[in-house]
Parts: sequence; structure tokens; C-alpha cells
Amino acid sequence: MSTMVRRLSLCATILSFTCGAVVAGEIRVECYSDGNECEVTQEFAKRFEAQNPDVKVAIDKVPYKAILEQLPVQLAAGEGPDIARVTDLGGLSKYYLDITPYVKDPKYWEANFGRTLAWMRSTPADKGIYGMMTQLTVTGPYVNKTLFEQAAIALPGPQATWDQWADATRKVAKATQVPFAMAWDRSGHRFAGAAISMGAKYFDSAGNLTVDDGYKAMAKKFYDWNRDGTMPKEVWGGVGGATYRDAFEEFANGRVVLYLSGSWQIRRMDTQIGKNFDWVAIPNPCGTATCTGIPGGAAFVALKRTKNPKDVGRFLDYLASEPVYAEYMARTENIPAHAGVAKKGVDYKLSPPAKAAINTFVAEVPKLSPVAYRIQGYRLNRAIFNPTAARLGQAIAGEMSLDDALKRIASDADEQVKAAAK
Amino acid sequence: MASVRQRWLDAPAAAARAALDAVDWPMRALQRAIGVPRIAWLFVGPNLLILGLFTFLPIAVDFHFAFTSGVELYPWRRPYTGAENLATLFECGNFLDPSTCRKDLFWRSVYNTALFAAVQVGLMIVFALVTALVLNRRFRGRGFFRGVFFYPVLLSPVVVALIWKWMLQREGVLNAVLVGAGASPVGWLSDATWAFFWCVFVSIWAHMGFYTLILLAGLQAIPADLYEAAEMDGTSPWRRFSRITLPLLMPSLIVVFVLGLIRAVQVFDEVFVLTGGGPGSATTFIVQFIYQTAFAEAIHQYGLAAAASLVLALSLFALTLVQLRLTRRDSGVRGRGDA
Repeated sequence: MSTMVRRLSLCATILSFTCGAVVAGEIRVECYSDGNECEVTQEFAKRFEAQNPDVKVAIDKVPYKAILEQLPVQLAAGEGPDIARVTDLGGLSKYYLDITPYVKDPKYWEANFGRTLAWMRSTPADKGIYGMMTQLTVTGPYVNKTLFEQAAIALPGPQATWDQWADATRKVAKATQVPFAMAWDRSGHRFAGAAISMGAKYFDSAGNLTVDDGYKAMAKKFYDWNRDGTMPKEVWGGVGGATYRDAFEEFANGRVVLYLSGSWQIRRMDTQIGKNFDWVAIPNPCGTATCTGIPGGAAFVALKRTKNPKDVGRFLDYLASEPVYAEYMARTENIPAHAGVAKKGVDYKLSPPAKAAINTFVAEVPKLSPVAYRIQGYRLNRAIFNPTAARLGQAIAGEMSLDDALKRIASDADEQVKAAAK
Repeated sequence: MASVRQRWLDAPAAAARAALDAVDWPMRALQRAIGVPRIAWLFVGPNLLILGLFTFLPIAVDFHFAFTSGVELYPWRRPYTGAENLATLFECGNFLDPSTCRKDLFWRSVYNTALFAAVQVGLMIVFALVTALVLNRRFRGRGFFRGVFFYPVLLSPVVVALIWKWMLQREGVLNAVLVGAGASPVGWLSDATWAFFWCVFVSIWAHMGFYTLILLAGLQAIPADLYEAAEMDGTSPWRRFSRITLPLLMPSLIVVFVLGLIRAVQVFDEVFVLTGGGPGSATTFIVQFIYQTAFAEAIHQYGLAAAASLVLALSLFALTLVQLRLTRRDSGVRGRGDA
């Protein structure tokens, strides 16, 4: 009996050592894809493993909804991956790991990612390095050029206003018998660029979220366009809550003339529309204040719960290195957030329309309003983005008046900010 | 040859005997050690543990969350706030007008759920009863049709919703048929009234088979000689239905009513996939409100969601009490009759 016990103990000891050895150098990356980001990351992980045989990188591809809804709960419970690709950059900041001690040269990070590192920090005083933007996105419209040609109507110029674009696309839709002139993704983030163009500041003088006149002016236009049939009601009014819904299918099926989304759709445009019709990305239309979209993007962030912070730092350092990052951008067809790579330019292997589109979006970056950067970098920006989608959706569906919706957006945002402070 | 076959036939019984013999002495030893009365606990122990861990513990945690606030997930890190969450939910100028309530979406979802439950359960009982009556008759292909009506019950709610969404969306099959016939497409899921109608319809389509089966079993338990006697007396079909079928089917109908009602109050998955709660909040039901408040908002308000789920739990508890009362009264009546 005692021999058996000794043998069992020996087996258990060997097993625990073996398991320990496997877990010690393993890092898990939770990744969602806009296009092929996870697949490309997987390839880089293999190269990294070849250079660092003591580390194993596992890429778990998940839907975007899992990143938005399940990851925060996992993190709050002290669970989750070692690295995640997230878009709620500030909202999850309390779970991030500062990798400054684990990267070779923090100054390199500051010099090349300085513009976006602040988006992942919890306070302005915070100087930590928490992750790396895998893409810099810019919101902006796409236009079905073929429909304009068929209607023999000229595309409005680069300084055209939202009203001019609405008029032009309505005429095109009428002439070509397309059901809708415009469609916007159902997202408070997409709405924000247009609202800032109309003068929305998003913050009052005390730094609190506010629904100001600029915001209201854009909301009024948007509401009217949905009610008068310029836009398809089902995109914003068709679903409930803050549910995200893009209008890509409407555009790809030739049912709308202008589609407001962003640079991350280029790959989809290129592969799914192909030669069905000619499409172009256009500069953001102007409002009464400026002509801006809003930046955004996704970042790989290091997470505090990791048991291998050193390996997490090494892997992110590898991904952030200039040659790797440049290849990553070229293959994922994203706008670089790395200053050095952006300056040298990325050799995109794209079709001519896709190349033209990415150039349009790159040209939008310097024109982005400081307000757009501020709201994007605000930790609780979803506190106003989400009610924008939910309440304007209710107003468009005819459930409440626009005035009531605007009051509710303000009170919802206020309540969310207060809840976050508890 | 026959003895080999017999040995094969006896093998399972022999194996069972061997297994029983193997556990016999340890069980006897255990009985001697802890006593015969306590051995019962050993058998219910695992069940109690599972029930406690996965039913009673979550209920206790839900109570704790409902009376605490903040964004922390660990119960011990959440500050106690008393009935603040419940007070927030019930802060209303006029309970009949959700727009006067602080959490207007909660009240909209409560009213939507009440309307859905009333319409869906009522219609479902009627359809299930008619279907059961038809399927209870002798006709060619009866087994096939019983299978057809039960088939949707076997499908996952998400699959059901996706199938119907595919048919009802703007470019869906239904609109294609309409356009083909020269009519204009209809926003089946973007118009509030139509969206609500389709939620009810799809829910009935998906669950009716289960309730039909219960009613069918109830119909088959009614003694045939009652119908024969009524027929000999020249009783009309309607009278036979109202005086024999309906009263004797009442216990099954009550079960269907209460189960259907509880299920309707809990509706979530099919509707969430089909309409996402929209248009606006026209098909947002209470479980979706709880889900959104806890997991889909920018700030996860677990306390508020737990308070709403407490309200839901209390309503379900009340419905269960009604069921118990009705079934008890029903069995009491029958008991007196039998005596």
C-alpha cells in the first residue's frame, strides 16, 4: 500500500512540474478581427515563438461582441487572457498592466505611439505603457460612384456640407430609383464625428459630458433624415438598446448612395463589392463648425491578471517593432498608429479603389478636430455613445420625441458617469 | 450453442450482481460507522450540493447584488446601499406612463412583457388546443403530423430566430414574395406593431408543439365510454366538447397556462436574435432589460440588474403560487367527486 502511495505521489509531482513548465511561458491573446488581424497576429506569434522558444503564444479568436460584453466581466472577476484586442480603450484601463519595465526601450514607444498611448491611460498624470494600437481608424463616408454617374450628377466637392451631400444623394437616389440616399452605422461613435462638425463639444467647461447645441443640431438633422426617408429607419430605429449595427449590407447591395462608417471597412469594400460598382471614400462632410470624423481603433493591451508579465511585454515589444508593425499594417490594410511607420508610408497591396480610399482616410487624420481626440480618449466615452444609439433609435422608431430623446441622452450619460464613480 | 447464448443473455445481470457485491461491504461498513439514518444524507448530499451551488448560492448572490451598488463583481467589495436600486426602478411620476419614470426602459419592458404574455399565452392555448383536438382524431398520416407540430420544439431558439429573421428582413423571403406579386415590401421587423406580432407568432410557432403534446396526453386520458354514452344520447359535438372534453381537460389546460405564462415572462433569446428588442424598445422584454443593464451598457450596473431580476423572480414566484393553488383546488374537487 505504501509503495502505491509513493508511486502516486511521484506521478503527481512529475505531472505538476510538467504542467507548470507548460503554463510558465504561455500567453493567451484574445483577439477579434475586423478583417484578417487575428490571422496575421497568429503568423507573427509563430515567428516570435521561433525566436523565443521559451514562450508559447495562443491566439483565441472571438467575436467582437465577446470583447464588448464578456471580456469586461471576465476581467472584473480576475479572469481572462493575458493580452486582448480591445476598442473600449479607456473604459477597461483599470485592468491594464504597465509594461514599461518589460519593453526594451520605453522611449521608442513614447516616440512612436505617444499620440495614442494616452487613450489607454486612466488619468492624464499616468505615464504608463499599456498596449499598442493595432490600427488607427478614422470615420468617414463611402459613396457609390456608379450611381452618381448613372444619375449624371457631379460628386459634391471636398468642402461640401452634410446638407449638400444629403441633397445630392437624395437626387441620385431618386434618379436611379435607389431606396435610400444615406445610411450611417448605428453607433454613437459614428454620430460623434458629424456632431462635432456641427459644433458639438461633448464636454462642458467643468469637464462633464454634455448634450450641447452642436450635438442637438446634428441630432435634429439626423432625426429628420430618418423620418423623411433619406435614411433607412431600420438601421437606427430597427433594433433596441445600444446594439451596434452597421449599414454595410445596405451599401454593398446598392440600396444606399452614401454610407458613413470608417477606414476599417476598406477590406470588406474591396473583397465584397469588388467590381459590382465603383465606390470611393470621401473626406468628411462639413458642418457649421468644422469638417471632421473621429479617430478610433483597436489596441492590443496587456492585462494585469497575467502570470507572465515579462513574456507579455516581450511579445508586445516584438509586435511594436518597426519592421513587424509595418508588415502588420500592410497585410491588415490598416492605418498605422506608429509615427515612424506612418512617416515612411506603408506599402499596401491593395486594388486601386482601396488604395485611393486608404489615402483619403490618411489625409483625414491631420484634419481631425481636437474635440474628436478628446472624446475618443475619454475613459467613459461609451457613457454618451451608447445612449446616443439607444435614445435616437427610440426617437426614430417614433417611441419618443427628439426633445425627450435628447433629455434622456443627457440623463443617461450623467447616470452612467455617476455609476462608474461608485 | 444454446448455453453460450444463455450465458450472453445472463452476462449483464451477472455484471450488475458483481458490481453490487463489490459495493456491498464498503456500504455496510459505512452504515456501521455512521448509522443507518445518516446514510440517507450520503445519497441526497451530492444533489443538495449541486442545488446549493448552482441554485441557492446564485439566488443569495442576486439578493446581495440587489442591495449593493458599484461596478465591482466581487460581492465583498460592493458597498451596501439598501433598497436604493429598487427605489431607482420604482421612481415614477405615473406608473402607467413609462416616460415619466426614471428607468423608463424598465417599465417599457415590464409592459411589453405583460402584453406579450397575455397575447402569446392566450393565442397559444387556443392553437395548441385546436391542434391537439385535430391530432387526437384518427386520420391518415396522424403520426407524421404529430411529428411536424413537435419538430420546432427540438430547434434551438437562436436557430428559430435566425430562420424567421431570414424570412422577415427587408430583403427576406416574405418581402420577395410580396414584391413578386407587385406589392410594396413591408418593414416586418422595423415597424413596431409588426415586430411585436412576429415575436408572438414565432414564439407560438416554436413552443406550441410542447403544449400540444401535454393537451394530447390529457385528451387521451379521457375515457372513451363517456363520448360513446353522449353519442348514444344524441348530444351535439359542441356540447360534447363543452361538457366532457373541456372540464376533463382542465387540469392539463391549467398546467399549460401556468407553464406557458412563466415561459412567456422569461422570453429573451428568440426575440433578442429576431429584433434586438427593437424597433426602439417595442420588443424589449424584462430579461433583455436585465441583460443590457448588467452586461451591455458602458457601465455594468449589476446592482440595478439584480434588483430588476428580483422583481422578475417575485412575479414568477407569484405565478407558481397561483399554479399550486389552482392545481390543488382542481385535485381537491376531483377527490371529492371520486369519493
